[in-house]
Amino acid sequence: MSTSLNIGIRMAWRNLWRHKRRTWLTIGAMIFSNLLLVFLISLQFGSYRMMIDNTLKTYTGHLQVQHKEYNDNPKIRNSFQDIVPLADKVRKQLGSAGITAWVAARGVAFAMTSSEQRSYGLQIIGVEPQYEVNVSTLPGLVNKGRYFTDFNAEEIVIGSVLARNLRVDIGDELTLLGSGRDGSFAAGVVIVTGIFDSGNADVDRSMAQLPLGYFQSLFSMGGQGHNIVINAEDLTLVSALQNEVSSILGEREELSLLDWNRLQPGLQQAIQADMASAWFMYIILIVLVAFSVLNTQLMSVLERTREFGIMMALGLKPARLGTLVFTETFIMSSLGLAIGAALGTALAWYLSIVGFTYPGMEEMAGKFNLPDRIYPTLSLLSIFLGPGIVFLCSLLASLYPALRLFFLQPVSAMRAV
Amino acid sequence: MIIAKKSRIPFNTLFTLAWRNLWRNHRRTLIMLSAITIGVWAMIFMTALMRGMVDDMLLNGIRNLPGEVQIHHPGYRDDPSINNSIATPDEALLKALQGPAVKAWTSRVRVPAVISSERDSRGITLLGVEPAGEVQLSFDLDSIIEGRFLKNSDDTGIVIGAKMAERLETRLGKRIVIMSQDPDNNIADRGFRIVGIYKAKLAGLEEMYVYAGIETVQKLLNLKDQVSEIAVTSDDYRHVESWYPHIKEAAGKELQTQPWYEVDTYMGTMLTMMDGFVLVWVVVIFLALSFGLVNTLVMAVFERIREIGLMQALGMRPSMILYQILIESFFLLVIGLLLGNVLAVVTIIPLQDGIDVSVVAKGMEMMGTSSILYPALQLNDVVLANIVVIVLGLLTSILPAWHAASFNPVEALGKD
Repeated sequence: MSTSLNIGIRMAWRNLWRHKRRTWLTIGAMIFSNLLLVFLISLQFGSYRMMIDNTLKTYTGHLQVQHKEYNDNPKIRNSFQDIVPLADKVRKQLGSAGITAWVAARGVAFAMTSSEQRSYGLQIIGVEPQYEVNVSTLPGLVNKGRYFTDFNAEEIVIGSVLARNLRVDIGDELTLLGSGRDGSFAAGVVIVTGIFDSGNADVDRSMAQLPLGYFQSLFSMGGQGHNIVINAEDLTLVSALQNEVSSILGEREELSLLDWNRLQPGLQQAIQADMASAWFMYIILIVLVAFSVLNTQLMSVLERTREFGIMMALGLKPARLGTLVFTETFIMSSLGLAIGAALGTALAWYLSIVGFTYPGMEEMAGKFNLPDRIYPTLSLLSIFLGPGIVFLCSLLASLYPALRLFFLQPVSAMRAV
Repeated sequence: MIIAKKSRIPFNTLFTLAWRNLWRNHRRTLIMLSAITIGVWAMIFMTALMRGMVDDMLLNGIRNLPGEVQIHHPGYRDDPSINNSIATPDEALLKALQGPAVKAWTSRVRVPAVISSERDSRGITLLGVEPAGEVQLSFDLDSIIEGRFLKNSDDTGIVIGAKMAERLETRLGKRIVIMSQDPDNNIADRGFRIVGIYKAKLAGLEEMYVYAGIETVQKLLNLKDQVSEIAVTSDDYRHVESWYPHIKEAAGKELQTQPWYEVDTYMGTMLTMMDGFVLVWVVVIFLALSFGLVNTLVMAVFERIREIGLMQALGMRPSMILYQILIESFFLLVIGLLLGNVLAVVTIIPLQDGIDVSVVAKGMEMMGTSSILYPALQLNDVVLANIVVIVLGLLTSILPAWHAASFNPVEALGKD
């Protein structure tokens, strides 16, 4: 058996090189599409990852504990009791369970914010200064002044565009006017202590943060707040973390725990839409390769009709011949897979170091929270997904030529020219 | 070697030969034809979808800017405050705005403001508009779901988005308060009655824009007859270059006049990027096809080595052999192209009413498109796909054809 297998492979190998040019052209088609697929899929994975990471790390976070009405109806009165103790409890219990996660409580309100010269209606965020730095990149982006540290300080940190529009600088005062949780009049004066520059004009134009303690007293919140942000170490660990946190929250019925997908549904959907159009293109590429293989193998079977007739007359079963054709395709596809995946990996690897960019990328990137260079992510999946499918489809395409052999009549086949 | 006499090329014979040769191995030809057809279909179909998406995005975007050209105070873009207002058009500008290229223009007051009901407050962009002009440039009257749009510039009512009404827990006929600042940073506020509620294609806009009469807003903000922006449209975003310089000149150096692709650089990039994408996509598909094409021709030549040798021995010149193979490839390409084009048109026509992609509506909104995709079949793109396939196709066929033409007749005849 092992010798016959050996002979089968040797015959297939020799048959392939009877038409060197044809074989290389077919393998070339595979290499071309495998190279493209590895490169594009790695690029896709890389950009999705960055898009998610950048969007979530700016502000939203991986998970949020909210009042169950808040996500649909983000109003000041949809808040929940004892937010700071609850955040502490979650932090402590996750810590003692040995899970790495970062937890921070926030409040959200709306106020008319006025400097001496300008007024804007703004969303005001109350944050826990010592924990906010772990869940959001904004505190780290303060490039003028400093981020506040005191839980009760009457201080505010704002974005650079907002500072410019309000015509304020570090040390200037801002007046906040709004209404508190109970509908009462909320008014306060705060000092600008920090200005951050995230590079994203929308964020820099709209974000203003206060320490949570002062926020709670300004907006008559008592001990209440609107959300607790929880970040996992990595996106893949989020669902495990979600289970853990929901068991900690346990008895509090008024709360709901939402993952980033619920918080930012647009993100996942934009990725899905992009995925769909990308896969349309990949499938076309793969189908074209499959046609190429079908053509080659059908030709190679047809031109050997006589030869196959003789072999059958000598006692070879059609199944053996079918296996032979299949083995030929297998060898071609393996070569295409190995060379294509290797070249694609090399290209993606090179770009994962120097980054990939194209004209117009910068404007595009700003819209989707991406840096102006994408770094492809190489993984076993991104390397072998595309070429693997090309491989399978090539084998499928050789099914028809291989099956034709079962209908071969040795006598008439031997007469074929 | 005999020096060939200059004679007419017997194209008729060559065509017949090529055509018959093509169908000697009909299986191979049919497989290659299917591949070309699918490839061409994919080129055109995908391009039409992407074009439709970008078109929709640009049309939506330009309606929201609004206009293809905008005139502002030079400081307004960076600091959209009431202090960066401009005067209404002077005579020179008015004359330019009445030029033949301009379909419509309007001026607006556009300021950040706060809207409050008895239940809640929100930050918004207050638009003081001239209803007649606004409707031509930007506001779609069909989007009004309750009540009416503003009647004239001194209408004292206000029109808000459906989502905003929900957030504020208010409804048609109720009063809300608008608060903003006047040029001296005094808080200006005024009650308005909600006369209309609209539903925008992109849900996010409903929470952003609130419409009021321009004169009412000017009075509220102590603006006299100053405005924030003048928006101009010609109803054709692709050919702004031809007319916008006149407007720019008439507006003068003190004002900033910008076409849409400068106002929103993301949209501007999308258009050029789309052109790039179409070319790359067409070429990539062609390359994937070219392997099969060359392969087919190489096979066709290989099978006929003896025959070609014989024809040469009988006096056919090598160039005729070259032509013959090229014509064969040409037939293959043209039939494939025809089928591909027809298939593309046939699949796109039933989709003219739009493809519902509302499953990913929020994602599409991130990109700036609505949740119904209208494929846009553009002649340029179809022509591009056809030209690429035929020109590059013939170019790649030269190699196997040249190979066939360079056989030595004696050796070729000796092949079995």
